[in-house]
Amino acid sequence: MYSGEHMGKTISEKIIGEHAGKEVSAGDIVVAGVDVTAVQDGTGPLAVQQLRKINLVEAKNPNRTILFIDHAAPSPNRDLSNAHNILRQFAKDTGVILSEVGEGVCHQRLVESYVKPGDILIGADSHTCTSGALGAFSTGMGSTDVAIGIALGKTWLRVPETFKINVTGKFQKGVYAKDLILHIIGMIGADGATYKALEFSGETIQNMTMSERFTLTNMAVEAGAKTGLVESDEVTRRYLKEMGREDEFRPIIADEDAVYERIIDIDASAIEPVISAPHTVDNVKSIKDLAGTKVDQVFIGTCTNGRLDDLEIAASVLKGKQRHPDTRLIVTPASKQVYIQAMEKGYIQTLVEAGAAVMAPGCGPCVGVHQGILANDEVCIATQNRNFKGRMGNPDSYIYLSSPATAAAAAVAGEIIDPREVL
Amino acid sequence: MKEPINGKAWKFGDDISTDLIAPGRYFHLRTNLPELAKHVLEDADPEFPSNVNPGDFVVAGRNFGLGSSREHAPTIIKLAGVNAVLAKSFARIFYRNAINVGLPVLICDTDKVDEGDELEVDLSAGIIKDITKGIEITFNPLPDVMIRILNDGGLASHIEKHGDFKLED
Ligand code: SF4
Repeated sequence: MYSGEHMGKTISEKIIGEHAGKEVSAGDIVVAGVDVTAVQDGTGPLAVQQLRKINLVEAKNPNRTILFIDHAAPSPNRDLSNAHNILRQFAKDTGVILSEVGEGVCHQRLVESYVKPGDILIGADSHTCTSGALGAFSTGMGSTDVAIGIALGKTWLRVPETFKINVTGKFQKGVYAKDLILHIIGMIGADGATYKALEFSGETIQNMTMSERFTLTNMAVEAGAKTGLVESDEVTRRYLKEMGREDEFRPIIADEDAVYERIIDIDASAIEPVISAPHTVDNVKSIKDLAGTKVDQVFIGTCTNGRLDDLEIAASVLKGKQRHPDTRLIVTPASKQVYIQAMEKGYIQTLVEAGAAVMAPGCGPCVGVHQGILANDEVCIATQNRNFKGRMGNPDSYIYLSSPATAAAAAVAGEIIDPREVL
Repeated sequence: MKEPINGKAWKFGDDISTDLIAPGRYFHLRTNLPELAKHVLEDADPEFPSNVNPGDFVVAGRNFGLGSSREHAPTIIKLAGVNAVLAKSFARIFYRNAINVGLPVLICDTDKVDEGDELEVDLSAGIIKDITKGIEITFNPLPDVMIRILNDGGLASHIEKHGDFKLED
């Protein structure tokens, strides 16, 4: 810094700089080391094929390379069973970690067991940005990019500009992190943050649990962002401790004078329960505008909202009640750990008694491959992150996205209602 | 790069997601790309997969390829014989994947192009001619890094050739 002027760094600039071995700023293109690489059963077989094609069947960091069988788990047909075996064989050949059927959704497993503050994670799944809530730089890429990352332990990156999302104030009753992130996406649009990093900060974020923070960073990509990030703090430390890896904690914070492309201030107390209506995530509407919409299927789960607190909220809404006779209810815990804890707390019992079909940990019906494909003209309200036409396996169906409270309330009412009426 | 390429425009709107390009209900075909390619973009235009001709162009609005990271999406567009995708903007992962699999993706103003227009694209000159309309449209050149990867035939070939990333001289 010969100019004598210190340029403050964003979280992305700090982490990428550390991994590139030099100071970097937004806009720079660098080759950077990666700590964790991951693929799933939809993208992994192609990654393996690419590596076999160029004879690079090896992993630079086998202990931090994970192949997840989660999107179609257990397998619904033989093509996918064979695809799964491509991953199993690659794990045998290279010594990388295989996350089997029943262990859970990749992003949930990554935050529970593999990613720590300050890491770079690249994953062949667009919601890889979820891990950013730990103060890691995590981003989704395609099969070939991640394949090369697995083999060489590095990747090329353009250092993103950052939008700082500064959230203050307390949520009203019935409003959750999911409503906040849907509100933000509705505000900036599905391509409003393309190529950017989103840093979530402010007192509301500081007061959030890790689970709530994961809901925010998970959906950063739905605004086009490269990643979502939260500074690591005492909440992060406690979370890592619960996961049995407190020693992996490290504070990762942005400089006070970091340069942001845009600062967006949000008053959390002014947000109402919202829903993304078909067929784009940024088609965000107030619950009032949609109340009365009949619902055929409710799905509670996924990397966005399939964690313990989400199942707790759903169980509290459904306790002692029954699903509406015309409305199916599917619940999928995001991971084995979540599933076990939800059993211990009695949430699973409550949900099953209320009429839920509980699926094995994994993606469930989120990506339209199995476990709840919609019929023509059917309507689903889901706690997932996407409602694109055809997402749940049928282009002639309609998907609404909401918080677990709103979804659970719809399961009882058989139609969209304001969750505040039942909480 | 290569000679100018000619073909017909297939016009699509904004926000064409990877779920529309490579639908999740064909998840099981992901290890059988030629089969998967028979369904490319069918939820956006049912005519497309059976009537697209080698050399045609996909011409779209904003945010083409948003959604999942499935590299199968640009791969099957390429397998269907499409020469290049022209759009006002692309989602980040799709853009990167397209280059990695060797599918040119061009950012330009697509408003004036209509379905069925005859196009000629000169990748190295950065010019698109709409022969039907008699107009020229320019596009932003790709970043240098991406030109290198594209010229090597995609990322896997780039690494095979150089043994590592070789993004500058
Ligand atoms: S739960 Fe849905 S969004 Fe999350 S990784 Fe699985 S398919 Fe993708």
